[in-house]
Amino acid sequence: MRTAAVVGASLAGLSTARALRQQGFDGRLVIVGDEPHRPYDRPPLSKDFLAGKASDIGLGTPDDEGLDFDWRLGARALRLNPRDRSIELSTGQTVRCDGLVIATGARARWLPGTEGVGGVHVLRTLDDAIRLRSELVPGVRLVVVGAGFIGAEVASTARYLGADVTVIEAEPLPLLPQLGKELGMVCAGLHADHGVHLITGVPVRRILGEARAHGVELADGRHIPADVVVVGIGARPNVEWLDGSGLQLDNGVVTDAACATGLPEVMAVGDVAASYSVHLHERHRSEHWTNALEQPVTAASTLLGDPRPHLSVPYFWSDQYGVRIQFAGTRRAGDTVRVIEGDVDRRSFLAVYERRDLLVGVLGMNQPKLFSRWRRQLARPVLAP
Amino acid sequence: MIEVCRVGELPPGEAVRIDSVEPPIAVFHTEDGGLYAVDDTCTHQDASLADGWLEGCTVECPLHASCFDLRTGRPSGPPATRPVRTYPVVVEDGVIRVAHSEVAC
Repeated sequence: MRTAAVVGASLAGLSTARALRQQGFDGRLVIVGDEPHRPYDRPPLSKDFLAGKASDIGLGTPDDEGLDFDWRLGARALRLNPRDRSIELSTGQTVRCDGLVIATGARARWLPGTEGVGGVHVLRTLDDAIRLRSELVPGVRLVVVGAGFIGAEVASTARYLGADVTVIEAEPLPLLPQLGKELGMVCAGLHADHGVHLITGVPVRRILGEARAHGVELADGRHIPADVVVVGIGARPNVEWLDGSGLQLDNGVVTDAACATGLPEVMAVGDVAASYSVHLHERHRSEHWTNALEQPVTAASTLLGDPRPHLSVPYFWSDQYGVRIQFAGTRRAGDTVRVIEGDVDRRSFLAVYERRDLLVGVLGMNQPKLFSRWRRQLARPVLAP
Repeated sequence: MIEVCRVGELPPGEAVRIDSVEPPIAVFHTEDGGLYAVDDTCTHQDASLADGWLEGCTVECPLHASCFDLRTGRPSGPPATRPVRTYPVVVEDGVIRVAHSEVAC
C-alpha cells in the first residue's frame, strides 16, 4: 500500500491517521476534511467553549507535525469511484489511494424547513458554536428542541449564561432510550433543579416566524415564545457521497466488527460507521467520542493486514448543570436498573443495569471514582441474548 | 512542604487530593509501596486524577482514560498530550509530605 486516504478530519479521522503511522505505515497519507479548520474537539462545543470558558480546543499536537500528513482541508468528498479508489473533491482535485478509511461523521438534523431561519441553530461544528454563542445573552428566551445530550448540555450552558430556557422533548422523559425510565426521571430533575422549564411528551409542530423565529408551536397547539431556538434532535451519517460506490449503506457505512466494509481496502470508523458490535450482537452506529478515538486503532490494523474485532466497552459522558454523568456498557428496554451507592436526590450515585442478572451497564452521577471501578467489571462482552 | 496525612491513612492502591493548594495535587500510594505526587487535574479536560484508576505506576483519568506515568508525569497516549507536573514526596516520622513550590520538577 503506497497511498492511504482518510476522508474526514475530526477525531475519528485524525485518530486513524495517527494509528496508521503508529502501526508502521510509512506511505503517503492524505487527510481530507470538509471544514476549513484543523481537527478540533467537539464535546466542549456544548459545554466550556459555548460558555466562553475554553477557546483552545484543537486536537493537534506537536507530535503530529512529524507524521507527514498531506492535509486537504476545506475540501468536501463528492464521489468515490470504487474501481481505482479515487475520491473526487469539491476543490476539483482527485485523490487516488490504495487504502481508504471513511470517517465523514454525521451532521445535525434540522426540523424540516427551518434551516436558514434567523435565530434557529443546530450545534455540531465550531462555526455553529460561535454563531450560537453570540446569541446567548442574559435574559434571552431560548427554546431547545430535544432533551438528548446536546439539548441538555446547551440548556445547561445557556442557563449558566443567564438565558431563560425551555426544553421540549417529544418522548415522555429525557434520554429514555439511552438510560431508561428511572434515570431519565433523574435527568428531568436536573433541568428542574436549575430553573429550566421541561415540556415532555409533545413534539414540536413547527417553528414560528419567517425570516426570524419568534417561538415554536407544539403538536397540542401551544405556542412557546422564543428569541433563539436550538434544534437538538440527533444526527444523520454523511454517506450521500458514497451513493453508487457499491458500499452497503444502511444508517451509515456498514462494516464488520473489524471496521472492514464490503469493498477491499475500504474501512469506515466513527459516527459514520454502522459496525457490528460484539457487545450489542448487532450492527450499531455509535456517535460517541470514545468510539471515534478508539475504533480507528482497529481500522488501521485491519487495513494494514491484521483484522481483529473492536472490543472496547461503549462509554460516554455528559456534563449538565455541574453534574457529571458517565455511562459504560449497553442498555436495552427491559434491563433492570438498581442504585447501589449514593443518593439520587443529591445527584451523586452509582447505578447498575442488569439483564437476566448479568451486569451490562454502569451509570454514575458525580461518582467518578466508583464509576472507574465498576466500569472495569464490564471489560468482557456479555454473552449473546 | 505540605503535610498530607500519616502513611497508615493512605493504604496502598489509594489516592488523596490536596485541595489546599492551587492547582490541587494528587498523592498516590501504589500497590508496591511507592508514593507519588502529581498535579491532580488532567491536562486534557477537567477531571481529578485522584479519582482515577491506579495500576502499577500509572493512573488512568476517570473521564477519558488518558494514562499518566506517576514517575514522570507523562501521558502514554491520547487524548492527553501534555504532562502533569510531579512533586517530590518524603515520609518523616510516619507523615507523608509533598515538596510543593512555585518551581515544580
